Amino acid sequence: MSRFKPLADYQSPLGNGYQLLPFRFTALDGDRYVLSNMTGEYHVASRPTVEQLTKHQLPPSSDQYRSLKSKHFLLDDDSNVAIDLLALKVRTKLERLSNFTGLHLFVVTLRCEHSCPYCQVSRQNDDKSDFDMTPEVADKALDLVFRSPSPNIKIEFQGGEPMLNFPMIQHIVEGALARNAVAKRNLGFVIATNLAVVTDEILAYCEKHFIHISTSLDGPADLHNRNRPRPGGDSHQRAVLGIKRVRDVLGRDQVSAVMTTTAASLERVRDIIDEYIALDFHGIFLRPLSPYGFAVKTKWFAAYDRSSWLKFYFDGLDYIIELNKRGVRFTEFLASTILSKMLTPFQPGFVDLMSPAVIGLGALVYNYDGSVYASDESRMLAEMGDQTFRLGTVDDAYEELLLSDKLLDPLEQSFAASAPMCSTCAFEPYCGADPVYHHAMQRDFVGHKPTSDFCHRNMAIFRGLISRMEADPEIRQIFLTWANR
Amino acid sequence: MLTRRGTGLTIVKGSNATAPRILRLSGDADRPMPLRKREGYISRRGEMPAGFAWYLLIGQSGEPDGPAVAAESAAIFLPEEFAHLGDGDVVRIAEGRGGISVLFQKAARHNSFLLTERCNNYCLMCSQPPRNVDDSWIYDDIMAAIPLVDTGTPEIGFTGGEPTLLGERLGKLVHQCKSYLPRTGLHVLTNGRAFVDANFARGFADIGHRDLMFGIPVYSDLSEVHDYVVQADGAFDETIRGILNLKRFGVMVEIRVVVHKQTYDRLPDLARFIARNLTFVDQVVFMGLEMTGFTKANLEDLWIDPVAYQPQLVEAVSYLERSRVKVSVYNHQLCITDKRLWPYAKRSISDWKNEYMPECEGCAVRQECAGFFSSARLRYSAHIRPMQAVPERA
Repeated sequence: MSRFKPLADYQSPLGNGYQLLPFRFTALDGDRYVLSNMTGEYHVASRPTVEQLTKHQLPPSSDQYRSLKSKHFLLDDDSNVAIDLLALKVRTKLERLSNFTGLHLFVVTLRCEHSCPYCQVSRQNDDKSDFDMTPEVADKALDLVFRSPSPNIKIEFQGGEPMLNFPMIQHIVEGALARNAVAKRNLGFVIATNLAVVTDEILAYCEKHFIHISTSLDGPADLHNRNRPRPGGDSHQRAVLGIKRVRDVLGRDQVSAVMTTTAASLERVRDIIDEYIALDFHGIFLRPLSPYGFAVKTKWFAAYDRSSWLKFYFDGLDYIIELNKRGVRFTEFLASTILSKMLTPFQPGFVDLMSPAVIGLGALVYNYDGSVYASDESRMLAEMGDQTFRLGTVDDAYEELLLSDKLLDPLEQSFAASAPMCSTCAFEPYCGADPVYHHAMQRDFVGHKPTSDFCHRNMAIFRGLISRMEADPEIRQIFLTWANR
Repeated sequence: MLTRRGTGLTIVKGSNATAPRILRLSGDADRPMPLRKREGYISRRGEMPAGFAWYLLIGQSGEPDGPAVAAESAAIFLPEEFAHLGDGDVVRIAEGRGGISVLFQKAARHNSFLLTERCNNYCLMCSQPPRNVDDSWIYDDIMAAIPLVDTGTPEIGFTGGEPTLLGERLGKLVHQCKSYLPRTGLHVLTNGRAFVDANFARGFADIGHRDLMFGIPVYSDLSEVHDYVVQADGAFDETIRGILNLKRFGVMVEIRVVVHKQTYDRLPDLARFIARNLTFVDQVVFMGLEMTGFTKANLEDLWIDPVAYQPQLVEAVSYLERSRVKVSVYNHQLCITDKRLWPYAKRSISDWKNEYMPECEGCAVRQECAGFFSSARLRYSAHIRPMQAVPERA
């Protein structure tokens, strides 16, 4: 008789049946379903397997049983450490919430020398100083910033074109640094700029204070200049030159770029991606227009429908995947964010896909006029005359702003895990709540999901990403790298 | 294989000798006098410079009358296999049975102290089969040995058996290392089950050792398979909870996975499980099988030619690498290791049991290769062959 017991002895508790752990399932395609647990781990299974699983008939000897046990969809008598691990993963996913507001946007001016028809912030012509932030407003806003308990504080300068009011940027940077000498937060700065009016002096200042640059680049020169007109028609030339100057002074990775999709972009996704590669960017964020500001007034927002954008997106995604297979390391950032939610225990801080919604909890906006908004989109809406998400002004107390019903109501109502249709959706762990968008489109914080473009677009992307990973192990490897970027 | 212990050796004691059990060695005949009182002299030609506590007479025949030993000293006769002993080595001499064992070799890449032979697991492939004996005396020896170890030693290990069976005494040993070897890393091999007690885990964080790491095995993402490999029901849950507790208190943890026939097919699943649930561990190591101890008894259930599991190993390492978990491969010979794994392969086998096979003759990468455990002669891959110089770039 051996001193060692056979595997069967250790498998015997598996004969006592199993408990289901909380999970949701949604059709992926044809016969297949996506199952996801509360921490975003997913499993693709056939309909008969899902039926077997839910009827407690899945045989412990099957590969499906082993996978589902390993991924914490079921619990058998042999082990219950899954409960501890799930709890830890839930805490990890929600950890960011406990930090409270980390991103603080300062609209230092609404003036801009560009005249983009799709402008979502409703810029003003660049000679009206009525639209500049004053030092008094900035100081009060800074006091509010440092009331946030977040150990990480990022101050982002927005416009208009914020560099048109660079003295105010300097005032705020210095005010923040002075306050931080005591507050000791992990403090960072970003300027969202078209780089058209950048100067050597501005760059030297940014270098000194480690200020990151985020710019706009819509694609090749013809497309970019058509989307982003300015006097001289040289927006693209200035952006490209600006990117080089930023890299020369601040460093290669100190400039990032975002693109906006217009009707003219739809057939050009490869050109757009090639432009980013040519400019030595490591990735691109393929981004649709949002229903705010001039984009609505000029009908640019309505110029293409959701399926056209999805075709654009997936054409681009597949092209980028091909590039990766050929050894070019290049990331699509929307996919990368979603893949982090799918393939890692972490929760990326991406403002468009968070639940509870990002409003207030993730970001606050201090407008040039002293108004405080719950998000960048909230102030875009306000410029259109809708003050729903105006929490108050910089004269209000921090507690009043953050505890106002104007914030708490949309947060609570839109929370995806308890929203109709979202609460039963297997993609909920990857999705977000966007009360501002749904209020703008459907006059309701929660939104009617069957007719929501937000829902339609995101579901298509979730399905598209999972199908691609399931079909091709090489894509799975590429995606894993993106997820852990 | 270097000889590390001997028994039945002849010992001669002076009338007034204190003859300490644990001593540091020196081969320096001009050693300052104050140091000699606590040290052993390595005598290669029978010479016995005055003042040492012990004389280790290598290759001398131990005649019953023996050489004249000073009243305060003692001598032990060692066969030629002990010629490798050198300055700074630490040995234990058991007078009663004429025994010597080498506790620390200054020139070795790795030095481990065995803290007990007892264990609460009974792993199929245990290289150091547990014995249920009262060996609590070992503790005092190690406590005495640690202050004698050279303070420039980069790392030492504690092993077993199961070191945590020492309970609070393990904490005292760790503290001894912190006090006497403040610049030396300490690596403790444990099954981690005892750390299911959060207070026990916290105790190790509280010691404040600068470079303490626990190496803990996880053999499968499935509880029943892990429990089978370690032959202990419920071990998986305790080990995982133990890892969570250690990391909760900020103690470094390495996950060790021995690859064999019972574990290879789910290596990618295990990698995903670790990346998803234990992503905060400090490193993961995949290890080749050591052909000794229980492995010999369970050989047919364990042996798989490493060539056969390279696809699973590549996938597992790649998954962890992409998930930003530090990963290494130990005990694998380069000629049978997928080229993609070479950057992760380490020279991991302790020198005293590290060997190469006849097939390795003329191999261009031998200096970088882990080689074999000396026990590997029992069975090793059929695909071992000398490598040509590696063309780095086409």
